Amino acid sequence: MIRKIWKNLIIIGILLFLYLPIMILAVYSFTDAANIGAVRGFSLHNYVTLFTTPELVNMIVGTLLLALGASVIATILGTLGAIGAFYSKKGAASVIMTMNQVPVVNADVVTGFSICILLVVVLGISKDTYIPLVAGHVTLCAPFVFLSVIPKLKQMDSSIYEAALDLGATPFTALVRIVIPQILPGIVSGFALAITLSLDDYFVATYTKPATFDTISTYVVNATKGAQTNIKTALWALSTVIFLAVVLFTVVMTVRAGKEQKERNGA
Amino acid sequence: MHKYRFSRKSLGVPYALFLLIFVAAPLFVLIYYAFTNGRGQFTLQNLTGFFSDPNTLGTLFYSFGIAFATTVVCLLLAYPTAYVLAASRLRAKSVLIMIFIMPMWINFSLRITALKEILTWLEGSLAYHPFLNTVLGMSYDFLPFMILPIYTTISKLDGALLEAAKDLGAGDAQAFLRVTLPLSLPGVISGVSMVFLPAMTNYVVLDMLYNSTYIMGSLIGSYFSAYNWHGGSMIALILLGIICLFTLLTGGMEEENTRGGALL
Repeated sequence: MIRKIWKNLIIIGILLFLYLPIMILAVYSFTDAANIGAVRGFSLHNYVTLFTTPELVNMIVGTLLLALGASVIATILGTLGAIGAFYSKKGAASVIMTMNQVPVVNADVVTGFSICILLVVVLGISKDTYIPLVAGHVTLCAPFVFLSVIPKLKQMDSSIYEAALDLGATPFTALVRIVIPQILPGIVSGFALAITLSLDDYFVATYTKPATFDTISTYVVNATKGAQTNIKTALWALSTVIFLAVVLFTVVMTVRAGKEQKERNGA
Repeated sequence: MHKYRFSRKSLGVPYALFLLIFVAAPLFVLIYYAFTNGRGQFTLQNLTGFFSDPNTLGTLFYSFGIAFATTVVCLLLAYPTAYVLAASRLRAKSVLIMIFIMPMWINFSLRITALKEILTWLEGSLAYHPFLNTVLGMSYDFLPFMILPIYTTISKLDGALLEAAKDLGAGDAQAFLRVTLPLSLPGVISGVSMVFLPAMTNYVVLDMLYNSTYIMGSLIGSYFSAYNWHGGSMIALILLGIICLFTLLTGGMEEENTRGGALL
C-alpha cells in the first residue's frame, strides 16, 4: 500500500515538474497580467496581438515554411542515401554511415558554426540567400531520416524485390512499387522527426540565418532580453497554442494507433 | 548511345556528396581555421591560448560543473520514474509514456520562458541563484531524454531473472541491486550522454535565466559575435574532441539513438 503511494507520488511529482510551468503560463496567457502571480481579469488580447502583429505572424510562418522545406529535402536525400548505402559494398556503406553519425553526436553549436565558416566565411555565400540556413537545417535533419529508414530496409523481405524482377519489372519500377511501400513507415517517422528537430533548433539558425529573418527560437530568445511587455505576453499565447497543438496531435496519434491495434487483433 | 543503367547503389550518390560538402568539408575548414591566424599562417596560438588563459579554462571547468550537476539531477529524477513506469501493469502505459515524451515537442525556448516566469515569481529575482536556476532549467529541458532510454532498457528486462533471484532467496532490495540495476546500466549510460553533452553547450538556457557566466557553447557564440573565426574554430574543435572522447567512452553500450527513437 505504502509502496503504491510512493510510486504514484513519483509519477505525479515528475509530471507536475514537467507540466506546471507550461500550464500556469497557459492560464496567464488568457489574462491581461504582465507578470505571473498578479491577479487580473480574463482577456484575449495576447491572442489578438499574436495573430495580428506582422512581426510575430512572419516569424511563425517563416519557422513553419523552413521546417517544411528543410524536412522535405532531408527526407528525400536521407531516404535515397539509406537505400543507396544499404545496397552498397561494405566499405562505401560504412563511410556514409560514419559521416552520417557526425551531425547526430555533434553539438548543434559546432554544426552551425562549422557550416557558417565554410559557406559564409570561406565561400562567401550571403546569408540573405537563405542557402546557409536551409543547408544547415537539412544537415541537422537528414541523418535522422537516414537512421529511421535503415532499420526498415533491414526488416524488408528481399525476395519480393527479386520476384518482381523475375516477373519482368524494371529495377526502377520494382524500387518504387516494392521497396518504397515497405520502408514507408520509416520514411514517415523520419520526416516527422525532421520537422520536430527543425522547429526546435536554435543554434544552427543563429549562425546561418539572414539578419532580418527569425525562427520561433531565435525570436523568443531575443524577445526575453528586450522589455516589450505586450510581445512577451503574446509569446505566452504562442506557447499555449503550440502546447494545445502537440496535445491534439498526440491524442489523434494515440487513438489511431489504438484502432489499428484493435483491427490487427480482430483480423 | 550510352544506355543508362539504373542501379540501387547509385541512389546513395547525392547523399554521399551532400555529406561530403556539408559534414566533412566544414570539419576540415574548422581544423584549418583553428590552426591558422588571420594571415593564414600556421599557428598553435589558438590552442595554447585556450589552455593558458584562466578565463577560458575556468569556463571549461564551469561547463563540466553545470553538466555534471544537471546529469546527476536528471538521473535522480529519471531513474525512479522510469523504474515505476516500466514496472507498472497499467493498460494505458503507452499513453503515460507519451505524456512524458510530449514536452520534447514543445519549442525549448518557450518552455524555458515558462520556467523563467515561474522562477521569477517564486524567487523574486533570478539573480539570487544563477547556478541553481541554470541546473533547474537544463534538467527541465533534458529530463525526457534521460527517462526514455532508462525506461526502454528496464522494460526490456527479462522478468524471469527477477523471479529466479527471488526463488534463490534474494530480497526485493537485493534483487534490485544485483539484477535490475546492473542490467539497466546501458540505458543509464545512453541517458547520461543525451544530457551531459547538451548541458555543456546549450548556452541559451544559461542566457535566458540571466546567468552571466559562460559555458563552452557561449564561447563559440562570443567569438562568432566578434567575427573571430580562428578562436571560435579552436573552441569548436576542443568541444568536438570532448564529444568524441565521451562518445568513445560511452559508445558500444548505446543501443539506439534516443533523440531519434523518441518518436517511434
